[in-house]
Amino acid sequence: MSNYSDVPLLKKPVWTWEVPLYFFVGGAAGAAAMIGVAAQFGGADRKLVRDARWIAAGGAVVATPLLIADLGRPERFLNMLRVFKLQSPMSVGAWTLAAFGGASTIAIVSDVAAVASAAAGLVMATYTGVLLGATAIPVWKEHAAILPIHFGASALATAASLLELLGHDDKALARLASAAAATETAIGVQIEARGGTDVTTRIGGMFSGPLPLILRLVGSPKTRKAAAASALLGSLITRVAWVEAGKASAERSRA
Amino acid sequence: MAITGFFTDSTLCIGCKACEVACKEWNGVPDDGFRWSGHSYDNTLALGHSTWRHVKFVERAPEIGRGGNAPQGMTWEFSSDVCKHCEHAGCLEACPTGAIVRTEFGSVYVQPDICNGCGYCVVTCPFGVIDREPEDGRAFKCTFCYDRQKGGLQPACATACPTGSILFGDLEQLERYADDRIARLHAWGMTDARIWNPKDTSVGRTHAFFLVRGDARDYNLPEKPEVPTVLLKKAWSAAAVGAAAIAFAALLAFRKR
Repeated sequence: MSNYSDVPLLKKPVWTWEVPLYFFVGGAAGAAAMIGVAAQFGGADRKLVRDARWIAAGGAVVATPLLIADLGRPERFLNMLRVFKLQSPMSVGAWTLAAFGGASTIAIVSDVAAVASAAAGLVMATYTGVLLGATAIPVWKEHAAILPIHFGASALATAASLLELLGHDDKALARLASAAAATETAIGVQIEARGGTDVTTRIGGMFSGPLPLILRLVGSPKTRKAAAASALLGSLITRVAWVEAGKASAERSRA
Repeated sequence: MAITGFFTDSTLCIGCKACEVACKEWNGVPDDGFRWSGHSYDNTLALGHSTWRHVKFVERAPEIGRGGNAPQGMTWEFSSDVCKHCEHAGCLEACPTGAIVRTEFGSVYVQPDICNGCGYCVVTCPFGVIDREPEDGRAFKCTFCYDRQKGGLQPACATACPTGSILFGDLEQLERYADDRIARLHAWGMTDARIWNPKDTSVGRTHAFFLVRGDARDYNLPEKPEVPTVLLKKAWSAAAVGAAAIAFAALLAFRKR
């Protein structure tokens, strides 16, 4: 035993509230772009397609300043596009956001751009899990193979729930949200089986997984709305909780 | 240009902190707060945005039953820590702006005119070295005195070290010297002396390596550090599965009825 046995080995993540909120908004926008394209291919209500595209474009507009605000030198945000580095999830993410922002905005008037926006959107929905997973922070790297799927399912649930709450009573949205809630429940079980994390991630998991799943199984219009609201809340808590769990994990890290 | 390195020998360190002072003076590094830590003679505790050299005061409590005066009882070692300048550097790989580069001396350097303070290097350094300065907004760490090396000088810390605990020079020569030094110490009976250099890990050979006694973890040097890029394959595979599942689920849910 030495006196350094209670000094953390790693530095705490410096990210503040903007980053988890960006994960939430960017993920939802990305999944919405995919829903928009799928709805269009399936010949769903034209208004649903339009709203999904607006969520994608609006999400990109909100997400970008969140990411810029978190920089230590926000005025240098364009340096993100100075190089492209495949080995840096942050670099891949910055370029994806740029592509997604452009494509989802043009997608308001163009079907071709909508497909490009959906492709970038799929990366938007999942890459944030890679961003956390491929780090030195113990709790993040231990879940490197789970977080991208976890965040992806969460993004899908958010986008479908948001469209439901906007008044779109499409069975496909309900099915997607149910599938996402079932996936979130399974992921929650898997995380618990690996030793679990902390209270806040568990609370986020409850609102994302079991609670909306049960509410959807009941199946009345009222419980469907409640399930959608629960999924939105759960998804937001999940992102905040995982960033905070990383800070706590760094504080506990020892050589 | 020669590939250079630091070899820090804790058995020669007297804990004078001249390296810390020389580093701050040369590089104009701000103070790191005036706090009382209660940890031996060390109020800084770790490397950080404003601590590029850090002298550790490793106090090891005596083992119970040995008796307080036994020479194997309490030990007090000093060791000057620094950025490891990894062969496979987590910070450099993760930096999205290209601000962090490899120099012609083999060291890892943060270009202050490029860094935009995204903070990703902070979570990808397996040694907790680099950090973002809250007021300045950019990330900072040891520059390996890139400017001094460019001018043919050795880094400020090595120049100031009065005991030869911090040696600077050609990396391969230093590694050979370190092996000789260990052999000599062992011959003198200091059998717990050992070299810490994570050559066999994913971090690879480091440009700063250390001679320590006993368990390196007591010096906050991890035994098996890992460069986070080794996790990319696993994480991106999961992302691909997730993305494919979302696309498939959406197309299936909305298929023409």
